[in-house]
Amino acid sequence: MAPKDRKPHVCRNPDLIRGVGKYSRSKMYHKRGLWAIKAKNGGAFPKHEKKAAAAALPEKPPKFYPADDVKKPLVNKRKARPTKLRASITPGTVLIILAGRFKGKRVVFLKQLTSGLLLVTGPFKINGVPLRRVNQSYVIATSTKADITAVNVEKFDDKYFGKKVEKKKKKGEGEFFEAEKEEKNTLPQEKKDDQKTLDAALITSIEAVPDLKSYLGARFSLKAGMKPHELVF
Amino acid sequence: MPFKRYVEIGRVGLVNYGKDYGKLVVIVDVIDQNRALVDAPDMVRSQLNFKRLTLTDIKIDIKRVPNKKTLVAALEAADVKNKWESSSWGRKLIVQKKRASLNDFDRFKIMLAKIKEAGVVRQELAKLKKETTA
Repeated sequence: MAPKDRKPHVCRNPDLIRGVGKYSRSKMYHKRGLWAIKAKNGGAFPKHEKKAAAAALPEKPPKFYPADDVKKPLVNKRKARPTKLRASITPGTVLIILAGRFKGKRVVFLKQLTSGLLLVTGPFKINGVPLRRVNQSYVIATSTKADITAVNVEKFDDKYFGKKVEKKKKKGEGEFFEAEKEEKNTLPQEKKDDQKTLDAALITSIEAVPDLKSYLGARFSLKAGMKPHELVF
Repeated sequence: MPFKRYVEIGRVGLVNYGKDYGKLVVIVDVIDQNRALVDAPDMVRSQLNFKRLTLTDIKIDIKRVPNKKTLVAALEAADVKNKWESSSWGRKLIVQKKRASLNDFDRFKIMLAKIKEAGVVRQELAKLKKETTA
């Protein structure tokens, strides 16, 4: 009998009330078939040999006892998990960014990174928001979804967005400042290309929906008479 | 100015407070000075204070405390649903509900449509102005 075909087993000794079963000890002995197991084994209940316990090495006394008792930190078995994603945020959702440089911008959600931050793109050509990480708390999820199936987001992770580690510089004050300025301003061409390829597929699917492109290009703002707690996003 | 809408058996009312807010119900019996027995096709027959009820112009022909079946049949015969939805009060409520359920994208599309419409109107107006001055 394959394990999957077995019907779920009904309780052998149903409760009459909590703590009191329907059948007595002797009846249960019979129901469980312990008599049959004993008979099969020749009158006694089958025992298996205990595994020989490996002989523990005699512990050597420690060479050093610390002067004061050092307290051990308590055991912590918690695992870090990425922040729970709101049910309203699914790949392709249009989000409204609420804070930062791009506040009010409507942006397309791509995926959640392992740090918990949301990977998001404008697309860049439509509203100037590049591939960027955004915190879930600073975002309103609308119910509008864009089609994201043609887009490949596998290669983007938190390391892609991390700050580049700079090589240590020699200590020469005049040269120091100039050299720093040069390196920081330019965005590597590789990142620009990533943006372009990602957006190309996304923009074609956005243009398929009427008005979606101008919607993403416009910023969100509260106007007179709009009550945020009554608005449906 | 005399009253036009009376509390009577068969009067259709709109619930304006409570769990059944916004529902159209029929007064099926009067319990006392303050309360009525009220029924609708999608709810259990219950009592309702008159203060929670706003009377409408619609009245249907039923006897005191009819069966649910008879009530539903009478509502169909009087075509209450269509009368309500074509009345100005009913239409206003429908528009309010639609506006409240608009998506952010829908609001954007409506804004574009309004701007377009205003543009067309302004063009026509400009044409007419030109004709009168010319």
